[in-house]
Amino acid sequence: MKIIRILAEQFKSCGEIFLAALREIFDESAYSRFLSQRQLASSRAAYAAFRQEHEVAKARRPRCC
Amino acid sequence: MPKILRILIWIAVALLGALALATIALHRGEQINAMWLVVAAVSSYALGYRFYSKFIAAKLLTLDALRATPAERLENGRDFVPTNKWVVFGHHFAAIAGPGPLVGPVLAAQFGYLPGTLWILAGAVFGGCVQDFVILLFSVRRDGKSLTEMARDEIGRLGGLVAYVAVISIIVILLAVCALVVVNALKASPWGTFTIAMTIPIALLMGVYLRTLRLGKVLETSALGFVLVMLAIWGGQWVSQTASVARWFTFSAPALAILIILYGFAASALPVWLLLAPRDYLSTFVKLGTITLLALGIVALRPTLHMPALTRFIDGSGPVFAGNVFPFAFITIACGAISGFHALISSGTTPKLIRRETEARMVGYGAMLAESMVAIMAMIAACVLQPGIYFAINSPAGIVGQAPEAAAATISNWGFPITAAEMHALAQSVGEQTLYNRTGGAPAFAVGMAHIFSNSLGGQALMAIWYHFAIMFEALFILTVLDAGTRVGRFMVQDALGHVWKPLGRTSWYPSILATSALIVGAWGYFLWQGVKDPLGGINSLWPLFGIANQLLATVALCVATTIVIKMGKASYTAVTLGPLVWLVAVTFTASWHKIFDPNPRIGFLSHAAQLASAPIANARLIFNDRLDAVVTGTLIVMVALILMESALEWLRVLSGRKPGRVKESPFVATRFAEEQG
Repeated sequence: MKIIRILAEQFKSCGEIFLAALREIFDESAYSRFLSQRQLASSRAAYAAFRQEHEVAKARRPRCC
Repeated sequence: MPKILRILIWIAVALLGALALATIALHRGEQINAMWLVVAAVSSYALGYRFYSKFIAAKLLTLDALRATPAERLENGRDFVPTNKWVVFGHHFAAIAGPGPLVGPVLAAQFGYLPGTLWILAGAVFGGCVQDFVILLFSVRRDGKSLTEMARDEIGRLGGLVAYVAVISIIVILLAVCALVVVNALKASPWGTFTIAMTIPIALLMGVYLRTLRLGKVLETSALGFVLVMLAIWGGQWVSQTASVARWFTFSAPALAILIILYGFAASALPVWLLLAPRDYLSTFVKLGTITLLALGIVALRPTLHMPALTRFIDGSGPVFAGNVFPFAFITIACGAISGFHALISSGTTPKLIRRETEARMVGYGAMLAESMVAIMAMIAACVLQPGIYFAINSPAGIVGQAPEAAAATISNWGFPITAAEMHALAQSVGEQTLYNRTGGAPAFAVGMAHIFSNSLGGQALMAIWYHFAIMFEALFILTVLDAGTRVGRFMVQDALGHVWKPLGRTSWYPSILATSALIVGAWGYFLWQGVKDPLGGINSLWPLFGIANQLLATVALCVATTIVIKMGKASYTAVTLGPLVWLVAVTFTASWHKIFDPNPRIGFLSHAAQLASAPIANARLIFNDRLDAVVTGTLIVMVALILMESALEWLRVLSGRKPGRVKESPFVATRFAEEQG
C-alpha cells in the first residue's frame, strides 16, 4: 500500500509539473503573473494589456530552425 | 542505491550502447530494425548526460549552487522569473525544436542511415549540447545577455557585428528554405493546401475566442483549434475529390511561392494577436503532440529500415543534393546535431528563467539531447521507406526526368528498384496525384510518418489522413517559423536602421514597419523565388547555404565560449569547446569552398554559372543567382574567418599574460534558494 501511495504521489507530482510546463509554454502562467503583479482581475481590458506587453517582447524572440 | 549497483547499471548501459552502435555501423547488405537506432541514441544520450555534461558542469563551468541567477536577482514577474527546472526545460525545448531536425536528417538519408545517425549522436553529445549548455550558463552569469552582446564584450566589436550579420543572414536563408519546403509539399496538392489555408481562419477564430470569450485560456483554445484543424484535414479529402472545389486549391510552385510571400508580408505587418499568436500556440500544440506520437509510434511498431547503411551517393553524386559525405552530411543534418540558432535561444529567454545555476545542465544539455532524438526519429521515418520510393519523392525532375516511367527507370538503374505503378499506388493511397519530384524532405518525412502511424493505428485506410496530418504538422510548424522569423528580422533591421535615422527604429511607426517588412520579405522571397525556379529543385543550393550559415553561427558561439573559458583561467579544459569549434571550422570552410569553387556544376555555384553561360541560350537570371549565392557564402566565410582570427589573438594575449584574463560576469550574490540545495 505504501508503495502505491508513493507512486500515486509521484504520478500526481509529475502531472502537476507537466501541466505547469504547458501553462508556461502557452503563456497562461505569464498572464497569471501579470494579473497578480498589477493586482487586476481577469477582464478583456486586462488581457488586451497583457497581450500588448507580452507580444512586444515575444515578437523579438528568435524562433529556432 | 548502492554504488556497486550504480556502476553495474552504467556498465550495462555502455555495453548496450556499444552493441547497438556496432549493429548499425557494421551490418551490411541486410536490413536492421529501427530500434537499434533508438537504443544507440538513448544509451549515448544517457552516458553523455551522466558523465560528459557532469564533467563540464563540475570541472569547466564549476556551477555554483549558491550563486543567485538573474531570474532571482532581477525578478520582475515579466522577463526574469525563477521557474521550476522542468518547466524551463519544456519551455526551452519548445523554443529550440524547429523544422531543421526534421528536414535535415531526411535529406541526409540519401547517404544511407549510417553517416547521418553517427553525426546526430556524436554531434549532439560533443557539440550541440555543449554549445547550448555553456552559452546558457555564460548568459546566466551575465544577466541574460544575448550572444551578440557577449561576442562584443568578450571578443570585440567585430565579434558583435559578425554575430549580427550571421543572424540576419541565417534568418533570411532559413525563411527562404522553409518556404521552399512548404511550396514543394503543397504544390499540386489541393488537400494539403486546403488544410493549411484553413489554419488561417482557425487561428483568427482562436484569437477572437481568446480575447473575448475565454480570456487567457490558451491551452483550452489550442485544443479547440486542434480539433478544428483535424476537421479541416478530414474536409480536405472531400475537397481533393471534388473537382470543382479542388481547382481552387490547386497551385503551381510559383503561385504558391507568391502566396507565401504575400502571407509573410501580411503576417509581419498585422497585429500579433490577430494571427501570429494563436497560430504560434496551435503550432506548438501540434508540434509537441506529434513528436510524442511519433516516438510512441516508432516504439510500438519497431519498423525495419529499408535504406542501406551506406548508399553509392557518398561519392557526391546524390540526386537529393550534390556533394560528398564529408562535409555535406554534416552541413545537411545541421540542427539535429548542432545549431548556431540554439545559441540565440540559450542567450535569450531561457537564462532569465533559470532558478539555480546547477539547473542549466539539465536545461541546456538535456533539451538539446531531446532535440537530437527528434532528428533520430526523422532519420527513422525517412529510412523505413523503400529506397526507391525515397529517391522518387526527393529527386528533382532535372535529375530523374519528368515522366514517371523515366524517373522510375533512372532510380531503378541506381540499384533502388521502383516502378511507376508502385509510385502511382502510393500517391493514390495518400490522396495525392503524384509524389514524384517532391523535393525538400517534408513529403518524404510525411510518407514515412504516415507509414509508421497507419501501421500502428488505423491501418492502410488511414494512410491518406496520416499523410496529410504530417504535411499539416510540418507546414503549420514551418509557416509559424516563417511569420515569427520575418518579424524578428524586421525588428533587427529596424534596430540597425534606427542608428541611421531615428524614426526608422520606431517599431510602432507604420511606414517603418512596412518598409522593413518589405525589406526582409523581399530578401527571403528572392531566395525562395530562386529556389522555385531552379531546375535542380532549389533545395540543392539553398539547404547547404542554410546549413553553412547555421553552422557558422555555431562557430561564432563556440568562439565566444572558448574565449570565455580561456579568460576564466580554465585553459586546460579548452578542448571541450575548442574540439567542436575546430570540427565545425573544418566542415563549414570545406563546404563553403566546394559550394563556391567546386568544378562540378551540381556542387559549385561558379562552375554552374559558367556552365549556364556557355549554353547556347544563356539564362542571365540563373547565372546571377549562382553568383549571388557564391557571394553570400563567401561573405559569411570571410566574416567568420575574421572573428576566428580576432578570437585567436585574444586567446594568445590572455594565455601569454599580455592581457589579464578577466571575464565580464555579474558580481556574485548569494541565492535565497540556498536552503533548497540539498
